Amino acid sequence: MADESGVLVLGDVAAGDLSLTSLELLAAGRGLADSLGQELAIGVFGATLDQPSSQAISHGADKVYAVTHPLLADYQVDVQLVAMEALVKEANPSIVLVARTNQGRELAPRLAFRLGVGLAQDCLEVSVDASSGKLLANRPVYGGNAVAVVSCNYSPQVAAIRPKAYEPLEADASRQGQVVSFPVEIDASQVRCQVVETVKEEAEGIKLEDARVVVSGGRGLGGPEPFSALEDLAKQLGGAVGASRAAVDSGWVPSSYQVGLTGKTITPDLYITVAISGASQHMAGCSGAKVIVAINKDSEANILREARYAVVGDWEQVIPAFAEAVRELVQE
Amino acid sequence: MPIKIAVLAKQVIDPEMPMAAFRVDSESKKVDTPATIPPVVNGFDENAVEAALQIKDSQEATVTVISSGTEFALDVMKKPLSMGADELVLLQDQAFGNTIDSFVTAQLLAAAVRKLDGFDLVICGRQASDWDNAQVPLGVAEILGFSCISLGKKVEVKDGKVVVERITSDGYEVVEAPLPAVVTVSNELGQPRYPTLRGIMAATRKLPTIWTAADLDVETDQLQPRLSLLDLFVPERIQQCEIIEGEDAADAGRQLALKLREAKLI
Repeated sequence: MADESGVLVLGDVAAGDLSLTSLELLAAGRGLADSLGQELAIGVFGATLDQPSSQAISHGADKVYAVTHPLLADYQVDVQLVAMEALVKEANPSIVLVARTNQGRELAPRLAFRLGVGLAQDCLEVSVDASSGKLLANRPVYGGNAVAVVSCNYSPQVAAIRPKAYEPLEADASRQGQVVSFPVEIDASQVRCQVVETVKEEAEGIKLEDARVVVSGGRGLGGPEPFSALEDLAKQLGGAVGASRAAVDSGWVPSSYQVGLTGKTITPDLYITVAISGASQHMAGCSGAKVIVAINKDSEANILREARYAVVGDWEQVIPAFAEAVRELVQE
Repeated sequence: MPIKIAVLAKQVIDPEMPMAAFRVDSESKKVDTPATIPPVVNGFDENAVEAALQIKDSQEATVTVISSGTEFALDVMKKPLSMGADELVLLQDQAFGNTIDSFVTAQLLAAAVRKLDGFDLVICGRQASDWDNAQVPLGVAEILGFSCISLGKKVEVKDGKVVVERITSDGYEVVEAPLPAVVTVSNELGQPRYPTLRGIMAATRKLPTIWTAADLDVETDQLQPRLSLLDLFVPERIQQCEIIEGEDAADAGRQLALKLREAKLI
């Protein structure tokens, strides 16, 4: 392909609305499109798309491709890929942005391979190089111990953006944009994977990735029981409970609790870690927290290099007193 | 017919190495490892070996481990054999550098899977702990036209289909796909088994098959790197940590609550 131009965001719809990660992608894409002096387009996929289309425009898109097909009503990876590939070929963008959500983890690499191009994976920051006009992507590697700056040698340049790396733009209802209907052809035989059962294991209450306060426990808790104390504390603070991979691997809590590189990315205002050493793979999921608090008996633990406040001490002594004081303060 | 399983495994720098020993050479854009820290099989790839062996435990199956790289620590890469895998194939060539580019690596591994022929299932770790790209397995599926299910925590083969418990953000879903298929697995699959003494003895006697670039049928265009690494650096940490003191640990806990209140965080 030649004459590629503009930025194309591949969006997704959650319960009838354009998803939060799609709004984040629009913010990242708006910056790139403005640097290039080119158009920002978004593809939304589904059966009915009026609401997400207007949300996309008020959040920064110049153009919306409403990609419709009855098979797109519910997410199915093989179908979604066919639609995305068709749209990229139609729109012929210079840059394609995908969210590195659970779905994006499989869509972005497979799309890039279908297009025969590279993928800048799990990026925290994307920009346009002023001299070459090429995409520059910063991405954590080696579990977050290092950062790589990469560029793409082939076009389109595809990047997957880590959720919460960008803040959505303020909605502006006066923004103008164009909505283009793009019906795709999908052959039902392209469906390979069938979901036969769905099992929910999430804790009740506030969702971990939306909580303003998160209390997480790690290996040092020594078993599943102490998590009930963390649940109580989180409830006092109006927050949610998370865990390190070590706690999940030990079977103390389900994997939906895991914060980190291979778990959830969280950006709470307050992140309280209890008996978590703070390996870079864990920090990769919480480095966007505004304030990190560490409760750890090891004064050499890495978490103390990341935390704003820390108590060096045994959680069994610290937590009950801390929780009691929190209860008094919150009830005041 | 036994089920023919390939496991794609990568040799990586030990991610458990002390952080103080982690250094980046910005000139060569590579991570420097002290010679005293031996490499390991990528952790998620050990989960993949375990997933393959669980299938072999319950039905007739063969497990072939395939790896690509410039040089290998043979005792390290033989670990899957000592766990119970049958064969080891190493794609070893100076051209197969450990780069940030998943595209080329996937072409090489896909070519090896094609050359060995007849695989029903390719199982891989969800990502490697060095470049964290999480792309090669999905690329192999695309190149070979296999079905693809990612992030499995349980993998079974039934009636010509692969059945996978796939991790989702709020639990898991059971997904089925026709064979041949590529499946990636995560740590939720559970602890990989330890090598047995018998396994270790058997592994010492096995010799890996070694192929170079010349042995693999890949078009030249497919070996062109898709990405360029412009810079590699260790991010600076600027956080100043305030240690909250108290008469004892419990008092420090109370002081912490007061501090957080003062900072209007609670």
